[in-house]
Amino acid sequence: MDNVSLTRRRLLKGGGALVVSFGMGTVTRSLAQDGGTPEERPFAAENPDLGSFIPEPGDYLDPRELDSWLAVTGDGSVTMFTGKVDITGTRTALAQIVADELDVAFDQVTMVMGETTRTVDQGRTVGSSTIPRAGQQLRQAAAAAHQELLKLASEHLGAPAERLSVNEGVVDVAGDAGRRVSYGELIGGRRFDVRITATGYQRGLQVAPEVQPKHYRDYRIVGTSVPRVDIPAKLTGEFEYACDVRVPGMLYGRVVRPHTAIAEPASVDERSVEHIPGVVRVVRDGSFVGVVAETEWAAIKAARELRVDWSTPRTRMPADRDEVDRYLADTPPVRERTRRENRGDVEAAFADASTTLEAVYHWPFQNHGMMLPSCAVADVQGDRATIWTPAQGPFTTRDRVAIMMNVPRKNVDVRYVEASGTYGRLTADDAAEDAVLLSRAVGRPVRVQWMREDEQVWDPKGGQHLTRVRAAIDSGGEVSAWDYENTSMPWTESQGMPQLAERQIGIEPTYYGNANGTGGAGAIYDFANVNIRSKTVPWIFEEVMPLRTAALRSPGEPPRVFATESFIDELAAELRVDPVRFRLRYLQDPRVRDALRAAADRAGWVERTSPRAAADDRILRGRGIAVNQRGGSVPAAVVEVEVNTETGKVTVSRVTMAYDCGLIINPDGVRNQLEGNIIQGVSRALLEEVQFDASGVTSVDWISYPVLRFTEIPEVEMVLINRPEMPAFGAAETPIVVVPAAIANAVFDATGVRYRSVPLTPERILAGLRAERQFATPAVGIVI
Amino acid sequence: MARFSLTVNGAARVVDVEPDTPLLYVLRNDLDLKGPRFGCGLAQCGACSVIVDGNAIRSCITPVSTVENQEVTTLEGLGSVAEPHPLQAAFIEEQAAQCGYCMNGMIINAKVLLDSNPDPGDNDIKQALDPILCRCGSHLRVVRAIKRAAANNAATA
Repeated sequence: MDNVSLTRRRLLKGGGALVVSFGMGTVTRSLAQDGGTPEERPFAAENPDLGSFIPEPGDYLDPRELDSWLAVTGDGSVTMFTGKVDITGTRTALAQIVADELDVAFDQVTMVMGETTRTVDQGRTVGSSTIPRAGQQLRQAAAAAHQELLKLASEHLGAPAERLSVNEGVVDVAGDAGRRVSYGELIGGRRFDVRITATGYQRGLQVAPEVQPKHYRDYRIVGTSVPRVDIPAKLTGEFEYACDVRVPGMLYGRVVRPHTAIAEPASVDERSVEHIPGVVRVVRDGSFVGVVAETEWAAIKAARELRVDWSTPRTRMPADRDEVDRYLADTPPVRERTRRENRGDVEAAFADASTTLEAVYHWPFQNHGMMLPSCAVADVQGDRATIWTPAQGPFTTRDRVAIMMNVPRKNVDVRYVEASGTYGRLTADDAAEDAVLLSRAVGRPVRVQWMREDEQVWDPKGGQHLTRVRAAIDSGGEVSAWDYENTSMPWTESQGMPQLAERQIGIEPTYYGNANGTGGAGAIYDFANVNIRSKTVPWIFEEVMPLRTAALRSPGEPPRVFATESFIDELAAELRVDPVRFRLRYLQDPRVRDALRAAADRAGWVERTSPRAAADDRILRGRGIAVNQRGGSVPAAVVEVEVNTETGKVTVSRVTMAYDCGLIINPDGVRNQLEGNIIQGVSRALLEEVQFDASGVTSVDWISYPVLRFTEIPEVEMVLINRPEMPAFGAAETPIVVVPAAIANAVFDATGVRYRSVPLTPERILAGLRAERQFATPAVGIVI
Repeated sequence: MARFSLTVNGAARVVDVEPDTPLLYVLRNDLDLKGPRFGCGLAQCGACSVIVDGNAIRSCITPVSTVENQEVTTLEGLGSVAEPHPLQAAFIEEQAAQCGYCMNGMIINAKVLLDSNPDPGDNDIKQALDPILCRCGSHLRVVRAIKRAAANNAATA
């Protein structure tokens, strides 16, 4: 994780002010590069917008206290506390890790997640880090507790620890059937009062590193498909989602925002909602406008009918996607990053090349599209606030609200409550801040629920990307140089920046947020000369505007891998080599090679070149492959498509994915993630693009922003590659990144047309086919 | 405000609400049910589905005044964690959920499908559930769960 931060001091020191051109006014910012590794620093210390990081007593639970991590009750059940939140199944997977380490049964463990007053801050739930990072931290804390429990048992039973064995939380003395004591008897209901070692912060926290955890061969619960603990209640209506939170005296809130940049309202006509029974208050605070009502329906009607005359914003929306592409291409970056794998002399290789290829790939703004639009409950009483929210970073929400209310951090109590899948969306906790403003105005708890339109328009989106790639091929037919440049905006809203409501009451950002990355840009290929770089262009505006950006499932990698794996395919086609054989020629990492071969084998890949021989059929069929590596996880996918040459519709008929994420904690949990990533990947590749024009965002619902439906889902085959001797890596995001490229490669295989822009809509497909017919059939296809 | 007499999950309930209030908000806020869920308020996603007199309807756009004297069944009316409906049991067996938020719509619409077609093929299921959206991509598991429920029904019939 790299950050781009902006301060006045650095502006003066560094110079080089930059201008965001879409603003009618200008925002000048400068850039500096922070040193050190983020993992060694608290998140708040990285981001000047979160205030100075000087924790006061009571701000954080002390990770050096064993009692901060777990509690044992009299009946021997264990409550494990984690600052992480559950999105799709980690509540179960983390409990598996803990149960194994403690020698208790799985159902003896209960997880408490994401509460700022009761859990250690283990960092935000981002980057597929819950299992690899928090899982390891909990494993070590549990191992330390296990060691302490054995010590207590040894004293209690009068037997050395080496003679003790534990089963389901009961300690036995070997060879002495009568001597036993349970964890509940040893410590139930009491504190350990034991200090353990803990250094670092959040995801970089090192917990009790001196304690030896179990060997993987001794795992009994890890590695098995324990059914998820949350699923039954979700299927019967007993589960409490964030939208189900009810607090005594609670009112219902809605927000009122235009579809374009938000300027001050010239007027807010409260009389326009006077006729609606149950309206409690129209709240206006700066440019923030919301309504509070006794009933949810009254709040909805009031938000709909409230007459707000918005003044003209200073921030101009781009007119279309092409204008943003031109902006990406022409704007001086605030940050450039390179890869450590960069090597050799790319320019010299191009000078000596016998053939060169070059292509530009395009990726649009896309929505997260949570099924449950943003929602949260806030109860502001004087200088204190309690917030129930599905935020991916409860501590970030706490810190932001503390700044917003100008109160100490510990006055804000944030409690995680699960929502629908978030895919990075709730790194920006907008609804919590909305709820704080509304609750503060009426002095009662308020539940804010964004409507679908609010969510589609104001979702902080996955950014638009532009990628230029070129390659040199030498006289021996080898790829001698790889020159790759990806440009996008930072994932600004994910970084603890002032969120919508704060911006609307005048709190300004001073910081850009994460720089665009270089993952998935082809560094896995062993070409002789490599130059991979990514550029980040400025993307902060005077007013908040709907094309704001945040982390979206494996941020930046679907677009970068779309370019990389499409271009690798173009090279294979140019050289008339089978796409799998071509990749294997340059892939070095045995895990990447294994995954690629496993996917190809399971899919029944037959060696040949692409495109498939030309056919005059109405339906053309093709196959494509793509591979990647991210954070220790390796996905490879083979996709089979049908392209209807009359309608332009692409149907993904089958996806075969091989996946290696090291040690698998819960195989069915991984399969579930793979299925979901594949289907969402098909959706993003075929259907999804935020629509906008100079007047604002125009994709406002599920008709104007369609997602994949039942009749469009592919068959899915999976190969899980388990490596129990390795650490466990993530599976929440990485599988998706290979899907769009594999689809585009399959469409090329079917049609001979190379599509370099997502989504592959019927219009785009037909335009490509028409162009091909017009210019006859070239060897490697027409460029779209 | 006006009083409406409803029959929800077999129980007579009286609510005092504005007549144009969509049934969804009455079920959730006045009757404390959590099965029907808000997803779009536009009848585009199906998260709010409930069964009214045997048909799956979108409660987010159905005024409460139009369902008086009709049988309303929500997800809670099918079964519970302690005693799940066979369809819910099949979804649990297939672990057919990621975030699970859309599963109300899946199960409610699957119930109506199975009531009229006890042995649906894959395409029947996909056609019937096509209007119901899932963002996490649990579709494959949902199809398997419905087929499992149908098979279980056939085995016990």
